[in-house]
Amino acid sequence: MALILTVDDSASMRQMVSFTLKGAGYDVVEAEDGQKALDASKTRKFDLVVTDVNMPVMDGITFIKHLRTEANYKFTPILMLTTESSSDKKAEGKAAGATGWIVKPFNPDQLLAVVKKVLG
Amino acid sequence: MTAETHTEGTDELLDVDADLGDEYLTFSLAHEEYGVDILRVREIRGWEAVTRVPNSPDYVKGVLNLRGAIVPVIDLRVRFNLPVEEYTSLTVVIVLAVEDKDDGREKTISVVVDEISDVVKAKLSDIQTTPKFGSALDTEYISGIADAGGKMLMLLDIDTMLRVSEMNQH
Amino acid sequence: MSIDMEQFHQVFFEESFEGLDIMETGLLNLDSGEADNEEINSIFRAAHSIKGGSGTFGFQNISDFTHIMETLLDEVRDGIRELTHEGINILLKSVDCLRMMMTATSEGGDVDEAEVKTNFEALQNILDSESAADTPSAKQDAATSESDQAPVGWKIKFAPHKNFMQFGNDPVRILRELGGLGDLKGQVDTSKVPDFDDFNPEDMHLSWDLMLTGNVSKSAIDDVFAWVEDESDISITPLSVVKEESAISSAEKKTASKKPVATAAAPAAAKTTEKKEKSTAASSSIRVGIDKIDDLINMVGELVITQSMLSLLGEDFNMTRLEKLQEGLIQLDRHTRELQESVMQIRMVPISFTFSRFPRMVRDLSEKLEKNIELVMYGENTELDKTVIEKIGDPLVHLVRNSIDHGIEMPEDRVAAGKPEKGTIQLNAFHRGGNIVIEITDDGKGIDKDIIFQKGIEKGLVDPGSKLSDQQIYDLLFNPGFSTAAEITDVSGRGVGMDVVKKNIMSLGGAIETHSVKGQGTIFSIRLPLTLAILDGQSVSVGDDNYIIPLVSIVESVRPKKEMLNMVAGKGETYKLRDEYLPIIRVRDLFKIPDAKADQLEEGLLVVVEADGKRFGVFVDDLLGQQQVVIKSLESNYKRIRGVSGATILGDGSVALILDIPSLIRMSD
Repeated sequence: MALILTVDDSASMRQMVSFTLKGAGYDVVEAEDGQKALDASKTRKFDLVVTDVNMPVMDGITFIKHLRTEANYKFTPILMLTTESSSDKKAEGKAAGATGWIVKPFNPDQLLAVVKKVLG
Repeated sequence: MTAETHTEGTDELLDVDADLGDEYLTFSLAHEEYGVDILRVREIRGWEAVTRVPNSPDYVKGVLNLRGAIVPVIDLRVRFNLPVEEYTSLTVVIVLAVEDKDDGREKTISVVVDEISDVVKAKLSDIQTTPKFGSALDTEYISGIADAGGKMLMLLDIDTMLRVSEMNQH
Repeated sequence: MSIDMEQFHQVFFEESFEGLDIMETGLLNLDSGEADNEEINSIFRAAHSIKGGSGTFGFQNISDFTHIMETLLDEVRDGIRELTHEGINILLKSVDCLRMMMTATSEGGDVDEAEVKTNFEALQNILDSESAADTPSAKQDAATSESDQAPVGWKIKFAPHKNFMQFGNDPVRILRELGGLGDLKGQVDTSKVPDFDDFNPEDMHLSWDLMLTGNVSKSAIDDVFAWVEDESDISITPLSVVKEESAISSAEKKTASKKPVATAAAPAAAKTTEKKEKSTAASSSIRVGIDKIDDLINMVGELVITQSMLSLLGEDFNMTRLEKLQEGLIQLDRHTRELQESVMQIRMVPISFTFSRFPRMVRDLSEKLEKNIELVMYGENTELDKTVIEKIGDPLVHLVRNSIDHGIEMPEDRVAAGKPEKGTIQLNAFHRGGNIVIEITDDGKGIDKDIIFQKGIEKGLVDPGSKLSDQQIYDLLFNPGFSTAAEITDVSGRGVGMDVVKKNIMSLGGAIETHSVKGQGTIFSIRLPLTLAILDGQSVSVGDDNYIIPLVSIVESVRPKKEMLNMVAGKGETYKLRDEYLPIIRVRDLFKIPDAKADQLEEGLLVVVEADGKRFGVFVDDLLGQQQVVIKSLESNYKRIRGVSGATILGDGSVALILDIPSLIRMSD
């Protein structure tokens, strides 16, 4: 089953995402900031990355930039979690190499739909 | 120690149908038979020395160590003003789960009795309030009476009988 | 599938309350000019997280309120707006309001809508007051307008750029999605694919000419392409009635059952949480550092090894293996003790948790009283047991309030007294000899012993002629009869008097001492045991019974001499020890122990104990060993017994009662 990396500094959000995706049969790894996410990406190969933008230590955009330089992750779908008012973040994210975005707040069903869409 | 008593006669006091009824652990105290709901019995131990507790009624013999928990030991003979006898090798301590009526929490309390009898199945029936049943116990503590092979078995309401808040030194 | 979100609520609330604390500390630092960019960012992030989480979990009102705070903080973080002192005050009040909203929501209570409105408007005012006025909209961008007139179909040209794949996008997915909207037919255009030698598989050279028929709105198609607009050329034109037949493209036509969710979706309905039975103050979970858990795991591992080694020894034991057995037992002892220490460590929490509330409190209170006060804190990393932390909070608050209210003088008075206008309150925590000491120091006007003494006489607590030590005079402050209701001002109020402070400290097994110099200041010194569950005890025997006396209460032990025994009117038996007359407590009599061995004083021992500043001699038969004991409750299964504070299980499995010295003293009066 596909392996998904979820990155968010909010434990409750990570739990919700994790629980939702695991329930649908995906394997999930959690990271609480961009740096930890990068470290995790070096030890395992993820099929999809879902990341928040505002995080301490390393924010989502920087994380995406770095991740895209990894050979293993050139083509991996990366989704950002954005809020509706940050259209500039979307552009920034895309410029950094993000595949797309999910707008917060979202409910589990919406999350699953997007993930299924991307992973097939 | 499970044994089922068989019904004889049509006394409406008793019923030993295997499908109905609860099981009771019966014990004897001064030649009377009493029973407690088996589901409340945590453990049965032989008598061992307990640690005395001051400022307590005389029927509180003390406390013992039950796998790390401190459990009071109540001597039922003393409690009910029966003549006190020496503890023998048959003397038994029954450890019970009691629901404290004052705070609703579950407490573990143990009682000293003469001897354990059997485990019997019986159905509760009406309590008889006439004193001629001659129990040393206040009928307030008796939740029912059953026939155990011809002997009168008094089923105890341990929550009422072992109410910690009432265990005050006189 | 519908997932019950409630299971995440508790974590959300916990992290949100922490976030509010971060915001508060950050705002306070911002106010005093000590905040750097990183701190400002963390204030923003905290608000942002709360807003996002509350929206996700259905707490729309919290989300809306936080949104406006976030908007304001975003401006601050971007440098568009500078916050004034007033602005920070408003934000601080909003943090309070948010706390109220979260507490109410998490506990199933009612939100104070008036407070929400007031704060919301105040925040709105700030936002409106200068240029950058974002319209705080809690609603999502309505990207999908549903009123497109859908023609019979659309002609779509989809030409991804060369670098399309490097965004992790998959054209097949796009086609699949389109196929889910209606009837999709099309053809792939391979004209741009280079020769094999020049072929780079990481580049995208394909494009598609598609026809999508059915009742499909343009915006639905836009949604499908939403993510890939920048990395592809897309043209979407409505179809005329006559459709062109073309070969079906190689695109799969799996049906995607839902509309693409890349754009805004309706916010989840706000769900009111059911009323939960929430324990007040004490939370049922604890945060533990992973390192502590790792240590624990290692130690248990060692213990298991030792245990199996001993087990093996035991299986086939003979005397030649005695030494090994002894070694094993020593090791077991060591590992068990280490494990015990480690476990106790887990419950140890830094006192910063309790201290953290004070900067805000001191700031608000000193502003309210128009005093100029600075708070300095030391030793925030000092750790103490979690239950102690929870119970020491209120007493500390009261003492600090007391320092602010009655200790530090008004600025004019301070200057007149030759002191700096700014008063200082110090909170200091440190470990000392198996205890934790917390000191509250102020450089205020100190305690006037004479006034206290007089007041003590007035209240009938003291005989006019008696001579009291300084400590005894200060102790009057903690006497329940000392302060009247009228004196518990709104500031130090809540019905918490100094007597309750002392009682709470003592119930934790601690003590409080006061030092003061009139005109210079006051120190309140609180001493607390490091953990509640373990006690250093002195084992004593009275008759056949063993009792444990807490070492912390013992001053010394003496072998009494008959001639030192006195009967003093009104005090009963006393023992003259050096210059003091110690009242004697005969445990045998108080506990009615039938077979105590020593009847005459000189046949037994006198253990000198101290409680409440007074000393007594506890008469016992014999002293046994000293040991650390685990305190077990007598009340769980039995009830509280006077003179006894708990029980413990000795090495031989028997139960020993722990004496409650203050209670024994009261019993002997």
